[in-house]
Amino acid sequence: MHGIYVALPSVEILIEKLTQALKPYFPSNLPPAEQPVIIGIETGGYWVAKAIHQAIAPETDLGRLNITFYRDDFTKIGLHPTVKPSSLPTDIDGKTVILIDDVLYSGRTIRAAMNEIFDYGRPQRVVLVILIDRGEREIPIQADIVAETIQLEPGNHIKLDGPQPLKLTIKSNADNVS
Amino acid sequence: MPTMSAKNLQLDENGKLQHFLSIEGLDQQIITEILDTAESFTSVADRVIKKVPILRGKTVANLFFEPSTRTRSTFELAEQRLSADILSLNVDTSATTKGESLLDTIHNLEAMQIDMFVIRHKDSGSAHFFAQHVRPGVSVLNAGDGQHEHPTQAMLDLYTIRHHKQDFTRLKIAIVGDIMHSRVARSQIHALNLLNTAEVRVIAPKTLLPVDTESLGVQLFDDLERGLQDVDVVIMLRLQKERMSGALLPSEKEYFNQFGLTQERLDRASPDAIVMHPGPANRGVEIESSVMDGNQSVILQQVGFGISVRMAIMSMIVGRSGLQANE
Repeated sequence: MHGIYVALPSVEILIEKLTQALKPYFPSNLPPAEQPVIIGIETGGYWVAKAIHQAIAPETDLGRLNITFYRDDFTKIGLHPTVKPSSLPTDIDGKTVILIDDVLYSGRTIRAAMNEIFDYGRPQRVVLVILIDRGEREIPIQADIVAETIQLEPGNHIKLDGPQPLKLTIKSNADNVS
Repeated sequence: MPTMSAKNLQLDENGKLQHFLSIEGLDQQIITEILDTAESFTSVADRVIKKVPILRGKTVANLFFEPSTRTRSTFELAEQRLSADILSLNVDTSATTKGESLLDTIHNLEAMQIDMFVIRHKDSGSAHFFAQHVRPGVSVLNAGDGQHEHPTQAMLDLYTIRHHKQDFTRLKIAIVGDIMHSRVARSQIHALNLLNTAEVRVIAPKTLLPVDTESLGVQLFDDLERGLQDVDVVIMLRLQKERMSGALLPSEKEYFNQFGLTQERLDRASPDAIVMHPGPANRGVEIESSVMDGNQSVILQQVGFGISVRMAIMSMIVGRSGLQANE
């Protein structure tokens, strides 16, 4: 009853796909100060970013973005004090930022994330990396690197569960999940 | 003084904060949520652009009918870091001195589409009065009402204590000085009790203790040295000369001799005890200069934490209608 997907793709394989696609951004002769900064969006995007960061093992630490304060629906959804606050490891001025999220849907999360990033500095370039693009954008935002594109039946949502193990599940609004 | 009605007034039908008027009437869960939320706001101060858009498009009016430096400026900074538009009314030039009633002031400001009021007033219960008379959807924050409460100060004090000492259930905390005139002390005692603080001591001359102090579940001392024995936190209060009528004290010098915090007296407390003061401090009256500037003092840190705590409370009020996001 949950639509066209009998088996969802393995997160491990998707992360490997993203890692391979990102390797050209980290050539071995690049001085640490010029390396891109990897930033994951809390919570699912951070899990994916953490796995990619471990695989690539760059010099710069992993960044974490909690976009709650920047959401355009903040007054409707309020705060989640349990989510860890943003922390960006280094100065992002003039750097390439690799911004990672789990699911790209309306595009509003990415808009909020970019607003927040620019309050920390002016990156030279932002590369958007997505595990699952499920389409149905409400604003004109597109990813640069996507591991998998899927279509969902109306009313269904895809969610990354984790952190151990990382697993994709499809839920319908009728399941009444948050 | 408001009690039960305050509880109903502060929380909406879902139990979320809609006004912030007094610690009395709140529960442990809300207090803890404020402290947790404040923690996520501390990092905003480290950014190039020290602003988040939570109050964008909202207007906040700061009404200070009594003088204030720290509270007013940290409220203003908190509002600005949340991207609010702000209006700060100087009481000396406002219409109230020309005879306008408080209620008329409220209604006139409401006509200017104010979303949130921050109010300090010399009358106990004035913030509640305000909250009772604003339109639905408009929020009121108490920045000190008479001798009743100063709840945001108590929250930033709790934040400072938690930052340094974590678990309240193991702490001995002493509040020293002019308890009778202190709205800060009243808020602090309620808040410390809500977090199950192991021991709250109140140290003051008998003439500066209000009659109902014992009912607040604290231990009373009229001897500073005995009271400070083994405490983990020392909260000094300002001697509020402007609120005193009659001869409550022999002299400032005499007060310092008996109740002033000197290093020698502080040494009776636990070796890693911290010293706090809500400000403004009277150096040489309730606290020795060298203690105030010493390495156990966290007084200036309190001021900075005050911004995060006020940001947290205002953002919780604005985000109160929150249900969980549906991705």
